[in-house]
Amino acid sequence: MNAIKNLKPSTCNNLINYGMVLVFYIVVQILVNAGVLNNSMQGMLVPICTYVVLAVSLNLTVGILGELSLGHAGFMSVGAFSGAIFWMISGSQMSPVVGFTLAIMIGGIFAGIFGALIGIPVLRLRGDYLAIVTLAFGEIIKNLLNAIYVGWDSNGFHFSMKDVSALGLDESGEVIVNGAIGITGMPKASTFTAGTILVIITLFVILNLITSRAGRAIMSIRDNRIAAEATGINITKYKLMAFIISASFAGMAGVLYALNFSTLAAKKFDYNTSILVLVFVVLGGIGNIRGSIIAATVLYVLPELLRELQDYRMLIYAVVLIAMMIFNQSPQVLAWRSNFVSKISRSGIAARFIKQKRQSEEV
Amino acid sequence: MALLEVMNVGIAFGGLQAVSQLDIKLEKGHLYGLIGPNGAGKTTVFNLLTGVYRPTEGDIILDEKNITGKSPAKINQAGIARTFQNIRLFGEMSVLDNVKIGLHNQIKYSAFTGIFRLPGFKEKEQEMDYKALKLLKIFDLDTVAQSPASSLPYGKQRKLEIARALATNPKLLLLDEPAAGMNPSESEELMNTIKFVQKEFDVAILLIEHDMNFVMGICEHIYVLEYGRIIAQGNGESIRNNPRVIAAYLGGD
Ligand SMILES: Nc1ncnc2c1ncn2[C@@H]1O[C@H](COP(=O)(O)OP(=O)(O)OP(=O)(O)O)[C@@H](O)[C@H]1O
Ligand SMILES: [Mg+2]
Repeated sequence: MNAIKNLKPSTCNNLINYGMVLVFYIVVQILVNAGVLNNSMQGMLVPICTYVVLAVSLNLTVGILGELSLGHAGFMSVGAFSGAIFWMISGSQMSPVVGFTLAIMIGGIFAGIFGALIGIPVLRLRGDYLAIVTLAFGEIIKNLLNAIYVGWDSNGFHFSMKDVSALGLDESGEVIVNGAIGITGMPKASTFTAGTILVIITLFVILNLITSRAGRAIMSIRDNRIAAEATGINITKYKLMAFIISASFAGMAGVLYALNFSTLAAKKFDYNTSILVLVFVVLGGIGNIRGSIIAATVLYVLPELLRELQDYRMLIYAVVLIAMMIFNQSPQVLAWRSNFVSKISRSGIAARFIKQKRQSEEV
Repeated sequence: MALLEVMNVGIAFGGLQAVSQLDIKLEKGHLYGLIGPNGAGKTTVFNLLTGVYRPTEGDIILDEKNITGKSPAKINQAGIARTFQNIRLFGEMSVLDNVKIGLHNQIKYSAFTGIFRLPGFKEKEQEMDYKALKLLKIFDLDTVAQSPASSLPYGKQRKLEIARALATNPKLLLLDEPAAGMNPSESEELMNTIKFVQKEFDVAILLIEHDMNFVMGICEHIYVLEYGRIIAQGNGESIRNNPRVIAAYLGGD
């Protein structure tokens, strides 16, 4: 009995997250139909979904597993290119839903494989090696994708690091990835609806993971590795699990992003993108999934909305960053927030929870 | 055959021989003490038994299986659980979840089942909640099950560590100064709890403690360590009157 009552807050919390996304989706649809959102605003919708998926998935590595990753854009680019190549050679000829879904899955799988390739050697080590290696990975993959030529003809794939003619395509051949120019002439496929579905799936997988046996094991490693080992947790397995899932969703976000434009170039997925996503995670609150959703949305939209203000733009942006930092990280504000929640909670579950907490502190 | 047999185990840190020629034999379901002056090597013995350190010599046999050099996780799965002198809880997780981590290898379902909430998820989670709350109740912690572990006062944190260790269903439980920082009445209460746990779970317990009343009060057999060597062993009475032990504690040699 007691246990069932106790489980409620986490389920409740998760529902709020889905509700938030749905409300945002519905409001946007209404605004679009009412003609309030101009074209440039509508153009931001798919990138918002992309950054939400990126921030939530990075939070799994940074906030839940407690490892620093500086190469999230690298996994995004692996997903983007593998998904887009599939889209170019066959996906776009399938029915839009099937082709798009397959492209997303392929992007997720490839990024997951790269996550495993990096995670298996690095996550066995103790210490902050992951940050360094993912940083290098992000740069290497960007430069590699910048220099690669991929073609497709009746004989299958052709690769080259030199130029298009080195591909040796026959007359049915088609250049898909053209070095630094990347992929061009892609039929666009991403929609806000597809993006929202991907966000929901990401939340579903990651929130359910966190509130299950495996998720607890992952968090125990974060909180105290030595105690986790002494309690029989297979550290390497759960570190890898978290990191691969995180990389995989970054890859899916990459596909969503890529198929939103007609061209795709590697230079978009650089160090700055990785850091931007990390900023979303840190400002939204490390380990706080809802914070990541809000931070990614607000901080992505804000600079665009402030464009007209010109000089004041960066000033306002900075103020918002500081305000978010205080809101999500200052102990006093956090205490005030939990107090506030307990006051407005009709069911009283939160109130009881906090009262228990207080009592335990007084003893 | 004994539950745990430690044969001629030693470890050196660089030039420092922290533990040498350690021989310990623990029987199933009994309560043992490990005492000695500060820096004698008591915690190091625990670290050797649980795989935190790899012995530079000797063998550790648990239930007829050689566990020397195995990883801490494997050793826990083989049946040794422990607490730490400097408390190591999963601070940001709830008290209940700390114990549920202890149940990780007792009640299992796959990550896939967890993510997609497949059949079995709910039952297994409820079983975990039930078992965890039952354990918490023994230590009077069930009322704070939802609090973050780090918010507990010191004494309760020590008890939570024991509950978490017990959740792994050990054959041998190692407690590193379980009564440290407790007042006399708390420590008295803990003595009773430990005795109860030993009977209830039929688990062997080896505990390190500086509080002599505590050790003499509950341990059936006591090992005394000095400079990494066992200088005496026996029941409370014989230890109390052993001149070498008295000398070691008074710094007489
Ligand atoms: N990892 C290590 N590296 C080097 N020296 C170590 C290490 N661990 C322990 N020692 C040394 O081994 C000796 C025994 O330490 P240990 O912590 O086992 O003592 P203890 O008996 O538990 O003492 P206390 O009663 O203070 O807890 C000390 O001299 C300590 O400095
Ligand atoms: Mg010690």
